[in-house]
Amino acid sequence: MNRAQREAAARRLLEQVPPPVPPDLYGEVIRRGARSLRHRTLARRLMWLLLCAASLAFLVWALTARPWVEPPSQTTPPYTGW
Amino acid sequence: MRQRQTFQGARRAREFEAFVAGAAGRLLLAATLLTAEAPDDNPRARRLLTLALAHTYAYWDRLRGEDPYDRTRQYLATRFARGAWHQYGGFGRARPHPGSPLARLAPQERLILVLRLYEGVAEEQTAALLGLPAERVRTICERATATLLHPPRNPAPAVGGAKVAPS
Repeated sequence: MNRAQREAAARRLLEQVPPPVPPDLYGEVIRRGARSLRHRTLARRLMWLLLCAASLAFLVWALTARPWVEPPSQTTPPYTGW
Repeated sequence: MRQRQTFQGARRAREFEAFVAGAAGRLLLAATLLTAEAPDDNPRARRLLTLALAHTYAYWDRLRGEDPYDRTRQYLATRFARGAWHQYGGFGRARPHPGSPLARLAPQERLILVLRLYEGVAEEQTAALLGLPAERVRTICERATATLLHPPRNPAPAVGGAKVAPS
């Protein structure tokens, strides 16, 4: 027997009458799939919320701390009486 | 907006139901062959199929023209490959049912044989799916075919004799 014949024989062994699909399978699939979808939506919303909160916090901090303004000099004494 | 969403949901449910009605039988037989259970008592195959179909349901809107059957089969195969390591390899646990034609094969041999011969997936695709070199897939497939057609007699002679005849 060459390879193709062997594979055909094995294929015939594998081809059987499909077992009956249990009737409650569809409901279970929908239940699990919907739960997974719900979790994913929730996770996505939570991520967006976190992102918005983080950017808002950064904005507030930047407006109050103003890190781009040059800090007042500490080394030179004040320039008075000249 | 809400109305459109419910309309979309109803359409998805209809399409998915049609897909399940068409594909579930064949996929359940593939899963039963993978787990080497008896055709009328296959709790592990049913669980595998349920998880795979639920995954397809969750991804139904994002398939974008991809074949849902292909997707489900991929998930089924990778899930079985992942679970086979700790679930089916243990000593005395989940022993293959002697009525299954693939009872003598190891889980990986069953997986490759089912993908290659029963589902007709190309060798390169099987290799890519399982993360193996294509030559290794061919070797395992040939060895599994040989074991399937000419089972060794010594370990359990009562099991092998009857099932080989139909070819």
